[in-house]
Amino acid sequence: MRARPLSRVLTTALVTALLATTAAGCGDDEDEGLVVYTGRNENLIEPLFERFTEETGIEVTARYATSSALAAQLLEEGSSTPADVFLSQDAGALGALQDAGALVPLAPEELDRVPAQYRSSEGAWVGVTGRARVLVYDSAGVDAATLPTGIDGLLAPEYRGRIGYAPSNASWQAFVTALRVTRGEDGARSWLEGFKANAPQAFDNNVLILDAVDRGELDLGLINHYYVYEKAAATEGGLDALNAEIHRFAPGDAGNLVNVTGVGVLQGKADERTARLVDFLLGEEAQTYFAEVNKEYPLIAGVQPDVPGLPALADLQGPDVDLSQLDTLEQTLALLEEVGLT
Amino acid sequence: MLPAVATALLALAPLVYLVVRALEDGVGTAAGLLWRERTAWLLVRSLLLATAVTAACLVLGVALAWLTTRTRLPGRRAWVVVAALPLAVPTYVAAFAWLSFLPGLAGSRGVGAFVVLTTCCYPYVLLPVAAALRRADPAGEEVARSLGLTAWQAFRRVTLPQLRPALAAGGLLVALYVLSDFGAVSIMRFDAFTRVIYNSYSSAFDRTPAAVLGLLLVAVTLVLVWLEGRSRGRAGYSRVGQGGPRTAALVPLGRTAVPALALVGGVTAVSLGVPAAALVYWTARGASTSLDAGELLPAALTSLGVAALGALVTTLLAVPVGVLAARRGGRLPRLLERASYLGHALPGIVVALAVVFLSLRVVPALYQELPVLVLAYVVLFLPLAVGAVHASAAQSPPALEEVARSAGSSPAAVLRRVTLPLAAPGIGAGAVLVFLTVMKELPATLVLRPLGYDTLATRLWTETGVADYAAAAPYAALLVLLSAVPAWVLTTRTGERS
Repeated sequence: MRARPLSRVLTTALVTALLATTAAGCGDDEDEGLVVYTGRNENLIEPLFERFTEETGIEVTARYATSSALAAQLLEEGSSTPADVFLSQDAGALGALQDAGALVPLAPEELDRVPAQYRSSEGAWVGVTGRARVLVYDSAGVDAATLPTGIDGLLAPEYRGRIGYAPSNASWQAFVTALRVTRGEDGARSWLEGFKANAPQAFDNNVLILDAVDRGELDLGLINHYYVYEKAAATEGGLDALNAEIHRFAPGDAGNLVNVTGVGVLQGKADERTARLVDFLLGEEAQTYFAEVNKEYPLIAGVQPDVPGLPALADLQGPDVDLSQLDTLEQTLALLEEVGLT
Repeated sequence: MLPAVATALLALAPLVYLVVRALEDGVGTAAGLLWRERTAWLLVRSLLLATAVTAACLVLGVALAWLTTRTRLPGRRAWVVVAALPLAVPTYVAAFAWLSFLPGLAGSRGVGAFVVLTTCCYPYVLLPVAAALRRADPAGEEVARSLGLTAWQAFRRVTLPQLRPALAAGGLLVALYVLSDFGAVSIMRFDAFTRVIYNSYSSAFDRTPAAVLGLLLVAVTLVLVWLEGRSRGRAGYSRVGQGGPRTAALVPLGRTAVPALALVGGVTAVSLGVPAAALVYWTARGASTSLDAGELLPAALTSLGVAALGALVTTLLAVPVGVLAARRGGRLPRLLERASYLGHALPGIVVALAVVFLSLRVVPALYQELPVLVLAYVVLFLPLAVGAVHASAAQSPPALEEVARSAGSSPAAVLRRVTLPLAAPGIGAGAVLVFLTVMKELPATLVLRPLGYDTLATRLWTETGVADYAAAAPYAALLVLLSAVPAWVLTTRTGERS
């Protein structure tokens, strides 16, 4: 008598499970297609994959997760990986795979389409889009004219406790690496110690920082440029309606660092199809799409996106840093830990 | 015995991976990683958070369980169900919900993380304690009262000791959950141990530190499981008598009915009301976004499917371990049971990578297929089912099985016809707990889901990844609603018969 409820529950569970998983089983027919691991958001990249399939007839099946989880997964999978291509959200993850010898060098004609500063010096990956570090400020509470012309100005006592940053964010860490590269270890340490002494507020990600600044709860935030343009696009009235505004530092300041998202082909997977996908991502259609939908910078000459308020990539004037030098993340993390900014 | 050993070996499999990765750069590197001030400091912070949340959950869980099972609380039957529903709310949804009303909670020295984790986790204590209260024989309390003890003294000296196994099991689940949780602590900006593990992947792309820290977490789990075993005590908790225990007489609350209602109503309003209000608020704010039913329905079906499969397989594997541990004291059964807890305190990403590592070496053909994903769920959530089975089997008297044996039944027949039917409510409860937890699981699902599979949790992640809370809200709402059904079945099935 009492045994019945259990068996009924189990039977129901089994039937539901089988029905549901058969219904979802449409992912099994990826035989001839490309498998792409990507840290980019599904909503933003899926339409582009669909366009690629329309154009070339090559199916694309993607695995979406964070770039770092995927890099760890790819390292764990080694040569048995089902992935053909890795489209990463940051150069660091590609650098880690490059160091492990997991990526095939790309064709020189693809590499040459992108300025040398935005690709791997070994040719293992190529930048697809660029993004710039910016300072956002609460325009209702902060007078733009008083804002500093460089990151050193942020160490002034008047900004104590008023700056938000995302310590676990890859772009923040890339900025610190750039600081080490341009100023040397001691110079970087001294800036970080000053920054820490100014009691900055740690956030989990850039979106939370921007939201806090826009609501007027936080005065300043160190984030990437595109979050502002994305928020503007999602807000009625656009950029002008936002309370949060962008402040750019003087040309060449480390606070203007431009980093990239990039693509690499896994070892043993280089063929006609992977080459076409890389070619497509660097083509005019994809580059325009990235700019207009993701508000990121195209890296190919001649692409002029229609994004209100977005300055040209050439006008950004970031610090003079070789991006392939930004692969010394270990030392950056060691320094951050030493200073106590994690 | 053999099936129990197999289950325990499965639960221990990630250890192989952790040891391989941790020692990859030599013992010296591993020791260096452990021997850092920051590692110790973060572990202490996480343990303090786990202690605070567990203590709060024990108090809330016992208070709510007692009020809803033993008193004449107005609307008692409805409260039984409602009070357990927060189990269906993922911590990342609750955390975002709290922040959209009280942004100051983030980074507030752990207050935010404490509030979110307590409101999401107290049902882990409430459910086993309520079940134990319903099953406990009221005769002991009545005798105590007749000998002159006050109601409070009788509760403290007679009822509470009877609840020890339920309290210990529920408290352990809460503590392990808090240690492994990443959603609430990261959104609430509480610098916890799991954040270091995630950061070592996300910033260093280095699996060695994560594995070393994972092993440390395993060691902490062992200590907690051992403590739980100690606090459970050695006493027997079954009763033998004619017929079943009488239902305890309900205590009239009188003037205390108002504060009692305020407590039960307040806790549930905070635990369920805040997430619900946030979902409504997000949906209303983003009225322009149209709901894509074409995405919602398949994701819901996949969620239900993998959760049901996960619950089914996990429970089947948990039954031998739980029954064995309840029936035979002995060192080995206890060891097997404790082994099953090891995966539960590990963050999802660590277990997922362990499963990647192992499945590619053992069953490469099944990699990124459904069976391997289900396997990861088993490793992660086994203790939820083992604990429920154990508690339930421990309360049915072994004498009944002995009688069946002496009457000539084979051990298999005794198991099938006596032990399992008696433990059935507990087994069902364990299955539902696993189901609810799998529904919410994200990190392991992202890594191991078959290509093209979308669950409600992964869709929710995608939408919040572009900060589109309005588009995310329907997925979150459906996730909570679909989980509410089994949560409701769970609470109504575990004993409320009159």
